[in-house]
Order: sequence, then structure tokens, then C-alpha cells
Amino acid sequence: MDKVVSLEKAMEALHDNQTILIPGFVNIGVPETLIKGIIDKGCKNLNIISNNTSVRGRGIGLLVHENRIRHITCSHIGSNTETVEKVVAGEIDVTFVPQGTLCERVRAGGAGIGGVLTPVGIGTPVEEGKQIIELDGKKYLLEKALRGDVAIIHAWKADRMGNLVYRRTARNFNQIFATAADIVICEAEEIVEVGALDPDMIHTPGCLVDMIVKA
Amino acid sequence: MTDMTLQGRELIAYRTARFFKDGDLVNLGIGMPTMCLNFLPEGVDIWIDSENGVIGLTGAPKEDEEFDPNVVDAAGAVSLLRPGGCCFDSFTSFGLIRGGHVAVTVLGAYEVDQEGNLANWTVPGKTVAGMGGAMDLVSGARTVIVMTEHCDKTGKPKILKKCRLPLTAAGEVDYIVTELCVLHRTAEGLVLEELAPGVTVEEVISKTEAELIIPETIRSMI
Repeated sequence: MDKVVSLEKAMEALHDNQTILIPGFVNIGVPETLIKGIIDKGCKNLNIISNNTSVRGRGIGLLVHENRIRHITCSHIGSNTETVEKVVAGEIDVTFVPQGTLCERVRAGGAGIGGVLTPVGIGTPVEEGKQIIELDGKKYLLEKALRGDVAIIHAWKADRMGNLVYRRTARNFNQIFATAADIVICEAEEIVEVGALDPDMIHTPGCLVDMIVKA
Repeated sequence: MTDMTLQGRELIAYRTARFFKDGDLVNLGIGMPTMCLNFLPEGVDIWIDSENGVIGLTGAPKEDEEFDPNVVDAAGAVSLLRPGGCCFDSFTSFGLIRGGHVAVTVLGAYEVDQEGNLANWTVPGKTVAGMGGAMDLVSGARTVIVMTEHCDKTGKPKILKKCRLPLTAAGEVDYIVTELCVLHRTAEGLVLEELAPGVTVEEVISKTEAELIIPETIRSMI
């Protein structure tokens, strides 16, 4: 059950036009080794689901700079001025989703749930085109589940079966995004033998992970 | 000893910090809200919630202090984590926020109105940053405090009858703290509860578009 592969082998799962889940908050917990792999392979016209787009020239910002992104679903692009420029120029389409709603939609996608009801966005532009459901006198938006073709993940430690541990605030969206794609590829700062991780301390069960690459 | 000469943004931060109770979990927006940390009342120890998935950040390390590059605040800047602090994933983070587990959230405003509506995430045709976690925070925190200069840079009122910009959240704002006054949003409307030293009711009314309820007794902000 050894899931450790070369970067080239992992990139066989990546193609043009895919929907890719990429975690990270600003530029922490972003799988930059795998992002560079995607750039080197030449994948383009990508549909990215992420919280933001890192910063100019780093992390997801590399995909922005290389013009590989067609559409982004995210909560914020303000930390990367190049993304802002390309969105304003019409080179990248963006759909903004409140950050907590993004978490819930991807969680639903990974947990076999069709969507969630949230009060966040009621009375704002976020409610446009969405079904409003009233329960016990309170209004909620029906927000549909999100999934990706591929999720690329950054872990602190991985064992060879794909059990993952994240470090500090680098955990952010990694734990949820690892649940919601057909193929999950993880880059890890450290790869350890099976049995070396304390079972109670594992954040992502290895059954969710298909391939591991050294970060 | 209270410094009666406090004014401007420092006065706003000083007064806002007096809403915090010992042990509160508080989320401070980027910019002016973080100034509250310089004015915490004696005996009040709060825990800082950062929506990127951490409780207990204490701010940037000093020049020769050790730090972990994996510990960052909601602006992505490296921070120290105090003993007792904890890290978790974004899903847990926003569950805490939406679930009413955050006592107070403090944010800035482009516009705020007498119905408790807040607009602070986009100016159509001018900004395209996105809302980040602001909508979740304003909808979910138990108390929502808006810290803002009373008027914009051109002198126009920011406290309106009805927000004109797209909203961050509808009807969620509890208090507005400015360099002139403290306004409390109640079921009856916006109540002028406190005035800064030397500021008159008439001055506040002249710089506010919203209708204000003027009680018989108005306290001092300091």
C-alpha cells in the first residue's frame, strides 16, 4: 500500500479543463510543488476552487501569472494584485463565495450531502439566483455542494498510506479539500513509514489520498 | 488613569476595547480594529480568533524572537501563538464563527445604516477583492461592532438611512463607534448613547444621515 510516487507520475492525473481544488490561506498551506508540476506539464483552461490566489508570483499566483486559469471560485483575491488585474481585464472569471460557505459547500461535496442551508449572504448579492428556504422563521440560502476532479494538498507529514498531519495554520482548507475530489494528490514536507504517526493525531485518513509526492 | 485627550482612531480603539469582557473570543478585522489590543482595560484578557483557523495569536515576533512560519494571522502575516492557543481547519473555524461561539467581531465600514445593515466588501466598478470571511463574521458573531471614522474622506456621512453599496450582511450591526460618538442599534432605531469629549449632539446630527434617537442622558465615551 505504498502511495509515494514521483511528481511526473502524479501529474499523469492532471489535464486541461479540469476542476482542481487548491487549499491555502494567502500563501500558507499551498501545495506549491504540485502547482509547479501542473505548470511544467502545460495544463491550461483550469477551473480552480480555492480560498484565494496566494500572492503575486507564489503558490496559486503562479497559475495566475502563467494564464492557466479560466475560472476561479473563491472568497478573496485581494492578496494577489495580478489576479485583480486579470479579473478586471476579463482574462479570468471569478465567482465569489463567502469563506465559511466555501468550506461548507466543499465539505458537503466530500460528505455525500447535496448542499447546506446557511444564513450567510441573505440580503446581499450572494443570494442572487439561489433558493431561499425559511425554517422556524429564519431565512437560509440553499448552497449546493462543490467537488473537484482533482484536489492537490499540502501536508506537514504523510505516511506511505496517505495518513496526513498538517502543521499549525497551514491546515486551513487542506483537511476539507482532501475529501471532495475524484483524485487526491498530496505533497508532504516529510514522508514517514506506516505506523510512525499517532493514530489519534492524524487529520486526514489515508483512505482519502491516492498519491503522495515529496514537497 | 484614563487619558482624556484621546482622539481620532485612538479614541475609537479605546472605546471599542471597553466592549470586551474577560475571556471573550474576539475577531478583529485587518487595520484599525487591531488597534483595540493597545487599549485593553486592566483585568480583561481576551482570546483572538483568526478565521484562517487559530485561536490565541499575539502578534508579530520581535526581531530576535523565534517563530514558526506556519503560524500566520488572517492577513497572512507571521504571528506568535500564546500557550493555550490552538489550530484547526477552516471548516471548524467557520463553524465557530457562524455558530455564535465568537463573542465579538470588530470591522470597518464603507457604509452602515440605521437598520444595522453593513457594506464593507465591495464598491462596484472600483474594487474586486471579494468578501473573504466578512459575511460569515457579521452574520455569526454574537456582537457586531463597526469601528469607523464618522464621515468619509470627502466629509460625507457614512452612517446612512439605508446603505447604497452591496451589503455584507443585513440587520446584524449592534454598535457603531466613531471619533464622535457611540451609536447602539436597537429595535427602535439608532440610539446616541455616548459622546466624545467636547462633541455636541448637534454636531453628530449634522454629520449623520441616519435618524438618531436622542435619550435624556448621554454618557461620555471616556
